[in-house]
Amino acid sequence: MADKRVIIVGGGLAGLAAAIRIAEAGLAVDLFSMVPVKRSHSVCAQGGINACNEVARQQGYSEYQHFDETLYGGDYLADQAPVLEMTNFAPKVIDLLDRMGVPFNRTAEGFRDLRLFGGSLFKRTHFSGATTGQQLLYALDEQVRKLAVQGKINKYEFWEFLWPICTEDTDDKRCIGITAQDMRTMQIRSFRGDAVVMATGGCGLVFGKSTNSIICTGGAASRCYQAGAWYANPEMIQVHPTAIPGADKCRLMSESARGEGGRVWVPRKKGDARQARDIPENERWYFLEEKYPGYGNLVPRDIATREIFDLCVNQDMGVDGQNQVYLDLTHMDPGYLTRKLGGILEIYEKFVGVDPRFEPMKIFPAVHYSMGGMWTQYTPGSYEPSSPHGMHNPFDTSPVDSDIGKGMALGAPNNMQTNIKGLYAFGEVNFAYHGATRLGANALLSCIFDGLYNGVSVANYVNDCEPSKNPAAQFDQNIYDAAVKQEQAKAQKLLNSVSDGPADDATNPYKIGYELGVEITSASTVVKTGKGLSACLDKIHALNDRYQNVRLGDAASWTNQTLSYTRAIGDMLVLAEVIVKGGILREESRGSHYRLDFPDRNDEKFLKTTVVSYQPGSDDPHQVTFRDVDTRFVKPRPRTYGKTDTKNAESTKSDQPETATA
Amino acid sequence: MAHASTIKNFKNTPKPDRTVQFRIKRCDGPGQPSRYESFNVPIESGSNVISCLQYIAANPITVTGQKTTPVVWDAGCLEEICGACTMVINGKVRQSCSCLIDEYAPHEGDVITLEPMSKFPVVRDLWVDRQRLFESLEKVSAWVPIDGSYDLGPGPQETPQQSEMRYTLSTCMSCGCCLEACPQYQKEDDASSWDTSFIGAAPLSQARLFNEHGTGRQLKGARLDALMGPGGINDCGNAQNCVKVCPKEIPLTESIAAVGRAVTIHSFTRFFTGK
Repeated sequence: MADKRVIIVGGGLAGLAAAIRIAEAGLAVDLFSMVPVKRSHSVCAQGGINACNEVARQQGYSEYQHFDETLYGGDYLADQAPVLEMTNFAPKVIDLLDRMGVPFNRTAEGFRDLRLFGGSLFKRTHFSGATTGQQLLYALDEQVRKLAVQGKINKYEFWEFLWPICTEDTDDKRCIGITAQDMRTMQIRSFRGDAVVMATGGCGLVFGKSTNSIICTGGAASRCYQAGAWYANPEMIQVHPTAIPGADKCRLMSESARGEGGRVWVPRKKGDARQARDIPENERWYFLEEKYPGYGNLVPRDIATREIFDLCVNQDMGVDGQNQVYLDLTHMDPGYLTRKLGGILEIYEKFVGVDPRFEPMKIFPAVHYSMGGMWTQYTPGSYEPSSPHGMHNPFDTSPVDSDIGKGMALGAPNNMQTNIKGLYAFGEVNFAYHGATRLGANALLSCIFDGLYNGVSVANYVNDCEPSKNPAAQFDQNIYDAAVKQEQAKAQKLLNSVSDGPADDATNPYKIGYELGVEITSASTVVKTGKGLSACLDKIHALNDRYQNVRLGDAASWTNQTLSYTRAIGDMLVLAEVIVKGGILREESRGSHYRLDFPDRNDEKFLKTTVVSYQPGSDDPHQVTFRDVDTRFVKPRPRTYGKTDTKNAESTKSDQPETATA
Repeated sequence: MAHASTIKNFKNTPKPDRTVQFRIKRCDGPGQPSRYESFNVPIESGSNVISCLQYIAANPITVTGQKTTPVVWDAGCLEEICGACTMVINGKVRQSCSCLIDEYAPHEGDVITLEPMSKFPVVRDLWVDRQRLFESLEKVSAWVPIDGSYDLGPGPQETPQQSEMRYTLSTCMSCGCCLEACPQYQKEDDASSWDTSFIGAAPLSQARLFNEHGTGRQLKGARLDALMGPGGINDCGNAQNCVKVCPKEIPLTESIAAVGRAVTIHSFTRFFTGK
């Protein structure tokens, strides 16, 4: 009998965790990545990974509190059952990483140290210096290397995913493999798989300069969408409040800088030309601390971003009259900073040339994370309260324990499966856990949780469902050959556009990509309006028209990066349309999605998931439906984070404790 | 959004709005001859080698006005944490993302030379094949042998000093700088020679990392066995170039010394006990 095989696309935390769990279940794993998996974008995550822990627990914290914070942070747009399972499971993830050898920071006695992070009043973030993502990725990479040596995982590095191969049925469509291209030899071939797990991360490159790696084009997700997979909440894009603007990208300055005590401020006097250190304390405006006395500098990211943006763009209060504010660590002990934040302080020093231990950093928001992504399903777990709870307070007894299977049924074959059978989406590429804003240090958690917890679902699907009766190995070779031909034709069409004629900006793929980033960043990030988004959509259409005549500058049949990039630009344009269209239709403000013309949250109309399906050939190929959000556990409440400025508050009633308890 | 720039206190105040020339060693593929091509690139404040290569990709015209193909190079995070964009810049190996033009070429017409690393086979232009480096991590069993991924409680407790020491070693991003700079590490096009040609500092230091972990040290004997023969620790010539070029300032020579001592003890133990 032929091996049962699972294809995993993407070798970041989600893909590697899935590979480990699925290989352990005895299935053969083929792991595809555009880069050696050790160089995946997870490596960039800095601050940490959230989980309830013993110290926090004895101060009144619980898994349920973590769950409640995640929902509140995400402005209730996340389906609640998967979030409950993730936060309940979190401590197990930390223990596993600990066993794998992640050098978590330690207390003097040798226990795992904790730090404060956005959206919580408790220390519940585990960390490894300021390069936690790197350390977690390496730990999983090492385990995958071990399994590869044992022959249980096959790595295809420098292979680019091109398209999912599905059966024809429109109602009962099933994914049975992929096409992929070797980025060096340019060979295009098909691979059979009983299940395909997409773990391809975010789409920051759509926005040009973001905090993402240059591989995060969103191209893979867009291709699945164009092949029939639904895409959900595309408009929910997180703009991180603190990044270092650069010529090639915006580099992240981790939230942990604020978690360890960093303070955000501007001079009270507009245009104050003095050096930061010459401005006395009473002439500094710590605007986040003033407006949010409870959370202070650790309000969630969308709130901090809008406050910084408003201050610089609308009030013209930015440092030196520019779009930048101070992020100040200079009041802290330099040795402590080196121990806790060394990695990120080094980045600032390397790329800006100033030592942030002695001079405040200058930062501005940048596109960082996509809460939206491929639409996925789940089977609810065993917890069924008679009615949703109100706000959960520290020290309250949790209404449910943290045993496995309370939120999401363990091993249910449809967990994190898309609307296409056998096609799964794990990690940032799905829409499942973060609602309308992701809390800091929940991303690493959601990626690894998906891989470990829902990897079991993939194995069960392969062992018990359609593939057990009708394995991919037995499908007609013609299906696979046709898929390869289709991709070869696409590539050939692009290669045929190469000519010796003069360069033309209108058809230059790099210029089209650049203009896309500029347009969508200005219209569809921190502050959006219906008018601005509609104009942006027109511009994307115009770029798409130009793209139809795109001309490559390289006809090479060996290691042709221009071909790969140009193909991705086409898919990024499609995804950009979806992102903007979602923003137009969501006529409310929620989490990261802020509409100037609809500044309030509207639960009645929009406590719903935006679900987009692709209908090629229609006038508007992006068909949007709204689906109810699962709110079975917790009643949505106003999201204010105890803001004191009642004039502008989303609600006048404070619903969070005002003093830090940890 | 207009962004402010922060100017580094460079030795020479960089001239704004200048043009810098990039001289790039190019090669169309394995076995193909190489050539140099030069490009003029307008510099904005904060430019780095990556932003200049991006400019060249969009405007692939040489200084003599010849249209050419975009330069091929390997890159990822652009934050000097993934290790992908390593190349030889003005004769020194480093990551290109953290290479700021204001520092390297502050004057009008300054020239920056980009070449691929010489110790790895060129794939195309500045992109090299570092597969050997990843395979050497297999050779030294660079992992903690855990009993599967199901929940079995926490790992071994350790002191903050121990954790910080392991953290430093664990920041190695497999970029290859230490191998490029090492006089003993040789380019090997033929994979069958990888096992007997000097393994280099990065994997030696990884062996130390895992030997220092409570569970990881179970494989200490196997790691040291792998480093005893040809291509192992004894091939180190003690030039100490590795530690000078490591972008993460990993104490590679300390790691080499530590592994050297462990191998010596290990070989005595084996000699006298037969284990």
